[in-house]
Parts: sequence; structure tokens; C-alpha cells
Amino acid sequence: MRAKVDPVKCEGFGPCNEVLPEIFKLDEWNYAYVEGDGEVPEEFEEKAREAETGCPVHAITLEP
Amino acid sequence: MSTRSALVGGPSAPAAADARRPVSLALGARAGIEPRLLIDASEGREDYDAYRARGGYAERGAVGEALIEALEWAGLRGRGGAAFPAATKLRSVADRDGPRFVVANGEEGEPASLKDRWLLRNRPHLVLDGLLRASAAVDAQTAYVFVSDPGAAASVERAFEELDGHAPIALQLVTTEPRYVAGEETAAVRAINGGPALPLDKPPRPFESGVQERPTLVANVETLANVPTIAVDGAERYRELGTERSPGTFLLTVSGACARPGLYEVPLGEPLGATLDELAGLPERVGGFLMGGFFAGLLAPRAREARLAYDELRDEGSGLGCGAIVVLSEGDCPVAVAADVIDYFERENAKQCGACIRGTAAMRDAIFALARGEADEERLERLRGWSLSLRERGACALLDGAAGLVGSLLREFPREVDAHLANPCPKCASLSAYETKQESRFALSVEGGFHDARKS
Repeated sequence: MRAKVDPVKCEGFGPCNEVLPEIFKLDEWNYAYVEGDGEVPEEFEEKAREAETGCPVHAITLEP
Repeated sequence: MSTRSALVGGPSAPAAADARRPVSLALGARAGIEPRLLIDASEGREDYDAYRARGGYAERGAVGEALIEALEWAGLRGRGGAAFPAATKLRSVADRDGPRFVVANGEEGEPASLKDRWLLRNRPHLVLDGLLRASAAVDAQTAYVFVSDPGAAASVERAFEELDGHAPIALQLVTTEPRYVAGEETAAVRAINGGPALPLDKPPRPFESGVQERPTLVANVETLANVPTIAVDGAERYRELGTERSPGTFLLTVSGACARPGLYEVPLGEPLGATLDELAGLPERVGGFLMGGFFAGLLAPRAREARLAYDELRDEGSGLGCGAIVVLSEGDCPVAVAADVIDYFERENAKQCGACIRGTAAMRDAIFALARGEADEERLERLRGWSLSLRERGACALLDGAAGLVGSLLREFPREVDAHLANPCPKCASLSAYETKQESRFALSVEGGFHDARKS
């Protein structure tokens, strides 16, 4: 699974980083991003789905 | 003190001229080549009959898949800045289910570039010939020309009238307000779809979902201007100029500290310094180069030895981009140049992506502090950090351009940057003028017209 943060939509609310800091990083202004190609290891997939649904502006997409 | 002032340059060398002031620009080709894209300035705008008389809109030539194969053999790469293989782009659209669309992108956002404006103002039919051939190859039902320059728009409209019924598909002109990001492919598509000319996050790219959410080819107008010659004369002929990986010629816009600023047609792969000197006339001592419009950042004077080709300049940490180069004199402090350009990026960002809004502002403030002699090591380290961490953080490439510019200043001019840590730089003193947020002084005006280089 791959995670992606839409930089236009992200408003820096940050719950993704609380749920899964291993994948969703925050910059110094609190905007979220993923490193590299956003590959999510299997053990984090459920947390990644939680981050996706928990984003108040729907900025996160997960691709199988 | 004397060492320091030597590092940041003596006060004697004048800075590069302000490009905003209209002057007559030179037009010409590298010695010994037959230009494929340029015509004499004295000829003025080439109308339909003049283009036909030159062999334009020829009925012969490769069509359909054969044209895509010819473009592949020719190795034509996109001239808008990304140098993406044109054949790959056409095929990605042709392979998808119709209806399909094609966009000739003439919205030249790079302030130091003028080649797209020149082409549309002076050789609109060469571009339209390429556009119609590309449209036929991908079986598009409508083709668009997307521009902001009023002179280019008027010329294209006249060209549509001159074509009067000769075009096999519908042609439409779409205009927008000039803006750095407006020419980005998703911004162009969004504007044609009736929205704002602002970039979107990708994917999807226009080849997947573009005009009316259909597969859409967005091609730079100079890229399209190369299509008729490849279709008619063939890939082999095309490859007679240029290099293996960067074949053909390109339009080089030169401005700044040179004797003959203007637009030149040059085979790809030529040496940067010798070519610029022959065509535009370099000062005895060059202060550096601002590359690829604003997008590819700064290069130190040693880049004279570099080759004007896509991969070679990328290996230098820079790029050919849209083919525009600003020559800097010894009187130009690289920090002041970076300040002018980062100020432009901060102003021109689309205010869409948080990292871009905050990141361009933070880098701008740090560069201005550096110029004022107020930055310390810690601030410089943060600046260095942003130049790396902010890459690929925006929906479009503006933030990459801004981060790359900052990175190039630190990489190419380390001694000059260090000299600013201790003291205000005398050459940066005039920076207060930039802080009024005027247009960049490197933004090139075309309103002074053109003259033939060999007559100047």
C-alpha cells in the first residue's frame, strides 16, 4: 500500500501524524508529507486507514 | 576588509541591465547552421501564404503512428522545461480511449524566456502545423492554444482566420492572465475547463484526465514547432544537429550582462560559454549564470565549459529548462540575484500548498537577512535545510524551483555567501528596491521588438 498527502488540501491539522508518525511526517509548519514513495509496510496498513478517514480535509489517499 | 570586498566583488563592474526596460532584441542562429525555427526579424510576422511558400502545411510527411515513431527516432524532447520525450507523451494519449484533446501550451511563465512569445507572434503557422500534425497522430477532436501574451493571442487569432477552413479539426484559443504557474500542465487544463489557471496535485496527469476529463496532450509550442520538420524531412535529418541524447536545435534566450541580448537558435550540446560569447557577446569576466529561466538556479562562471544539453546540465546540478539564460556580470552579487528571484517565487506561488506558502516566505526572509548582513550560521543552516527538505513538497514545481535556487546559491557561491555572514554587502544595498515587490529585474520585455543579429 502507498500513502499520499495532497499538498493543496492539507491544512496542517496533523491527526495523521498522531495516528501513524512512522509514515506521516509533519514539517516545521505542521504540514504533513510522506517520505520517498510513501510505501506503507503491512503492519501499518490499518493505522494508515485510520489516518485516511481521520483527516478532516480528506487530504490522504491510499493506493493498493 | 579588502579581501572581503574582493570576494563580494569590486564596485566598478556594472550589474546586468534591467531586463524590464524594452530594448530591441537580437535574433539569429549559431554560425554555420540553417535555422529551423527562426526567420529573419526583418520579415516580421509570417502569414499563412508566407508559411505555405516556405513549404509549410505540406501534405506529405509521416502521419499517425508513423509520426510518433519518427518523433521517437528523432529523440525530440519537450521544450517547455521538463525535456520529457515527446513521443512517449503522444503515445500515452493515443493509447487511451477517445475523445482526446491537444493543447499547444504557449503560456510562457518563465520571466527570462521569450521564445514561445516570439514563435506565436511571428511564426504562428509553424506552431499550428505542428499542433495539427500532433492532433492527427493522437486522433484528437479539438486542439487548443493556451496563452497569456496579448501579442501572441492576436497573432494566433489571425492565424485561425488565415487558415479559414483548412484546419481539419476545431481550433480554439484560450487566454489567461500571466502568472508563473499558469503554464503548468494541470493549470492549463484547468483554465481550459473553465477553472482558475492553478496547478493541481498529480496524479492524475493530463494524459490520463485533462480537458473535459479526457486524455489530453499538453505540449509546449516550441516542441510542436519541431514536429513539421521531423514529419516531412525525417528523423535522420533532424538528428544532423544536436547530440545523441539531446538532438536538434533549441531556442536560446539570452539576457543580462551581454552585448546582444536576444533569441538565438542553437544546436543542443554546444559549449555554453563559447556559444553565448559568439552570439550575445559576454563581458570579459562573467559573474555567473541564472539558468533555465528562473527554474534551474545559479551557476558559477566555471559553467562556461558546460554543454547546452539536457542531461549534461542536469549533471551540473542545473538544467537547460526552457532554454533561457541570464548572464551575470561581476557587478551582480549572487546573493542579490537570488534575493530578486526568491522574492519573485514567493510572490508568484499559487497560495495553494502550505509548504510552498510558508517555505518560499521563510527562504525569502533568510536570503534577504543574508543580503543585509544579518544572517548567522544557524540561519544559514536552516536555509540549507529548506533547500533540501522542501523539494517535491508542492503540487507543482514552483517550490522545487525556489528550493533549487537556494541550493544552487549555497553550492555555487559558498565564499560569497560566507562573506555576507559578517558584513552587509555593498552590492546588495540596492535590494531595498526589490522589497517593494516590483516585477523581477530579470523579467524580459519583448516590447522593444527584434532586429537581425548579423546587422547589429
